[in-house]
Amino acid sequence: MPKMQALSCRECGKEYPTRDLHVCELCFGPLEVKYDYEAIKGRISRAKIESGPYSLWRYHDLLPVEGEPTVGLYAGFTPLIRARNLGAFLGIDELYLKNDCVNHPTLSFKDRVVAVALTRARELGFETVACASTGNLANSVAAHAAAAGMQCYVFIPGDLEAAKILGNLIYRPNVVEVEGTYDDVNRLCSEIAGEHRWAFVNINIRPYYAEGSKTLAFETVEQLGWRAPDQVVIPMASGSLLTKIWKGLKEFEKLGLLDHVPTKLNGAQAEGCSPIATAYRQGRDFFKPVKPQTIAKSLAIGNPADGYYALKATAESKGAMETVTDDEIVDAIKLLAQTEGIFAETAGGVTIGVLRKLVKQGVIRRNDVTVAYITGNGLKTQEAVIDAVGRPIRIQPSLTHFTKTFGLKEGA
Amino acid sequence: MAKLRFHIRYPEEKIPEPILYEIGHEYKVVTSIRRADVRETTGWLDVEFTGEPDEIERAIGGLRQKGCIVDPIELNVVE
Repeated sequence: MPKMQALSCRECGKEYPTRDLHVCELCFGPLEVKYDYEAIKGRISRAKIESGPYSLWRYHDLLPVEGEPTVGLYAGFTPLIRARNLGAFLGIDELYLKNDCVNHPTLSFKDRVVAVALTRARELGFETVACASTGNLANSVAAHAAAAGMQCYVFIPGDLEAAKILGNLIYRPNVVEVEGTYDDVNRLCSEIAGEHRWAFVNINIRPYYAEGSKTLAFETVEQLGWRAPDQVVIPMASGSLLTKIWKGLKEFEKLGLLDHVPTKLNGAQAEGCSPIATAYRQGRDFFKPVKPQTIAKSLAIGNPADGYYALKATAESKGAMETVTDDEIVDAIKLLAQTEGIFAETAGGVTIGVLRKLVKQGVIRRNDVTVAYITGNGLKTQEAVIDAVGRPIRIQPSLTHFTKTFGLKEGA
Repeated sequence: MAKLRFHIRYPEEKIPEPILYEIGHEYKVVTSIRRADVRETTGWLDVEFTGEPDEIERAIGGLRQKGCIVDPIELNVVE
């Protein structure tokens, strides 16, 4: 029995074959993969998962591919770190960091979704992959495409800083600078996806692509010894990551791999781009698009595709949402680096900054088992902290000067 | 003839105005609403436009001039 039954509309429930489709023809709602959980239940177990590869493919039974994985074989299964120092600083007894700063091969959680998207794209017969991105997604698609020998197009707005493009050019994709705004790039990519037989990972392959995020939930549960955390803090851009972590937890519960899910979802956004968090805090079930203005560029999505579903999932879990300013983001990046030795990109600063606020507010309590998701590596956004980390201490090349500068006793 | 799908959001003060009706009269496009949520404080529509590509472009420009935010049906895809 195939594990994927259909693509199903998240709004009206109409079903479609598991092809490269992403929007319901009837109501224009987004499509999502529908699985045959009864069939999966018969073949999945904790033991089977534990004997699988040390990558996200150990959860193959719950991922939307038919055959063996062919792209991104080493993505996922990143460390879940017990953050004792940061926990002590914040006042949480059991704090963990899911560290996708070290994801393979491009050091962000996007390696998960892209591994799944490109494997599925190949199954569907695509030879060309594409994405619209200003950072982590472009890196990951370009790297995976290079390794898989696929043609690759990366679309970026014309006003993007040169340094951000370099990380993509090294993999030699076709980097296409579109003369215009982010809105123009959005529109063009949507039309290209409709015209050409290309796998646009976050457009026509999105139902498969998004499922890769579930593996963050699966790994968290397994690495915690088959239990779900009480609280999770998740950065939000499109909102997809949060909804898929929720879906992953619920799938494990449905399949009997977890007894129950006590988890509260907490969404984190930068104040300069917080359409979802603002709506949640105001008690609205809809969000208003914004023009992003924040250093957290990887979260700067003003009209998020999964915003509505993120609001719904967070409410269902009885969770919270919070925002942080750019200064608070920088402080949080430094705090994480100086307590746990992890240099996260700005999205990590948003997560840790929000975690800090939620603890202060009493939303996350001392004895809550808490997991914070660190989704990208700080080496990619060094400009965000360049003015906040001080300068080296300059000395003359003499032992006397060195000991004097640091107030050390000679021979001590 | 082309068929294009858009997500249109109304500014709060424009909610009482028959904007889509006006667009259908001002431009040679046929509009088909597939999903919508219009309330006192928010209004959005998922709409298919049928017409000549240039005329659809003009209609989208007209919507923007009236203060609407017009995105492709997928919303923001630059990640």
